[in-house]
Amino acid sequence: MNKHLRCVFLCFVLSTALSAHAADKKVDPYLRPIPVPYPADNMPTPERIELGKMLFFDPRLSGSEWISCGTCHNPALAWTDGLPAMLGNGMAKGLRSTPTILNTAYNQMQFWDGRAKTLEEQALGPIQAPGEMNSQDMDDLVKRLNTIEGYRKTFDKAYPNEGINPQTIAKAISSFERTVVSTEAPFDKWRKGDKNAISVSAQRGFDLFTGKANCTECHQGFNFADDGFHNIGLPVSEMEDVGRFAHRKIKVNKGAFKTPTLRDVALTAPYMHNGVYKTLAEVVEHYNKGGVNMENLDPNLKPLHLNDQEKADIVAFLLSLTGKPMEMTIPHLPPMDQ
Amino acid sequence: MKNFMYFISSIFTLATISTPLLAEDVATYTVDQKDKAFSKSYLKIKAGETIDFRNMDPWMHNVFSLSDVQSFDLGSYPTPQAKRVLFDKPGKIDVECAIHPQMHMVVEVVK
Repeated sequence: MNKHLRCVFLCFVLSTALSAHAADKKVDPYLRPIPVPYPADNMPTPERIELGKMLFFDPRLSGSEWISCGTCHNPALAWTDGLPAMLGNGMAKGLRSTPTILNTAYNQMQFWDGRAKTLEEQALGPIQAPGEMNSQDMDDLVKRLNTIEGYRKTFDKAYPNEGINPQTIAKAISSFERTVVSTEAPFDKWRKGDKNAISVSAQRGFDLFTGKANCTECHQGFNFADDGFHNIGLPVSEMEDVGRFAHRKIKVNKGAFKTPTLRDVALTAPYMHNGVYKTLAEVVEHYNKGGVNMENLDPNLKPLHLNDQEKADIVAFLLSLTGKPMEMTIPHLPPMDQ
Repeated sequence: MKNFMYFISSIFTLATISTPLLAEDVATYTVDQKDKAFSKSYLKIKAGETIDFRNMDPWMHNVFSLSDVQSFDLGSYPTPQAKRVLFDKPGKIDVECAIHPQMHMVVEVVK
């Protein structure tokens, strides 16, 4: 057996042994799985991630050449814009708040209304949307990127022989977005056995979150989300937004939106799909009431009858889900050809 | 002992969902909604037979289909309620839960 084969074989034996060991150990559903899932036709490579990062922060992807993905998904604001409703092309106010892209790699549904299943499906939506980045003609965008030598070379390294096209643009951006994952929060350290990693109040909050307050009905697992859609009875916005119903015309979907992650939730205010609440205390109070607008309310919502201490405990727990934000350097973008 | 009980319970559940119950000469199948999944991802039945969709989770589920062959919306209902659907047209029907879209199964109706 030559050296190479021996090495492959040893790797196989080692990985099998590690898998068996991992299967023996009970997996904590509240801890982030190390492998980040990706589609078979878009395996992440350093070249793809670097290209995706350049595209993500390049305003030349928008019709005005002034708005990038990172304008709304600002890493300095936990990949949001900190606004109750997003501002798009021409500073037009959108219907919904900008969701964080943190941990979207783990989502089975993208957007507040789940109209895309994968990041690759999602990536071109905001670029083309007239109310967002307004690059309505993808042919124009492809031509624009093709006039930049730096992009021609980088695309060729990342996706050899595939060229610059809508698919490779979407794949590269998705590869970068899959690197935006939550870091270890005090809650995770507590789950791993550090008894003092979170306060006693936060520990009581976790018990309430999983018990009396019934939050885990929707906010489940390490990402505290269920990829489900719920009408949680928020105060009515100025403009009607039917949410998921626009894509699946089933009564329960009217006014229903995707459950967002609670990871780094201390950094992602204002809250809810319409940014109606500024603080977590307001959010907890909303659920304590069992909703405000009862029209087509999710039948799982009920008044919780929490006292002031219990509400404070839940907020303390929620704050423990925020880790140290990942470091992010903004890339230098390739200049236009002279 | 716990594993043994789980094994027995699994066999019982499988038997329940695999065996049509004959009532009034119409075969009725049961599909459970458990752990945010349908107990079967595919079920082949004959036209005129029925399926009881039973919620076995501690939270509400919805059952609907927007398929061209047959569409329906059973609304949302709690455990252990079940709602029955008569499948009378041949074809493939996608059945989903609107609240939890990862829940999906296909019912194939044959003549």
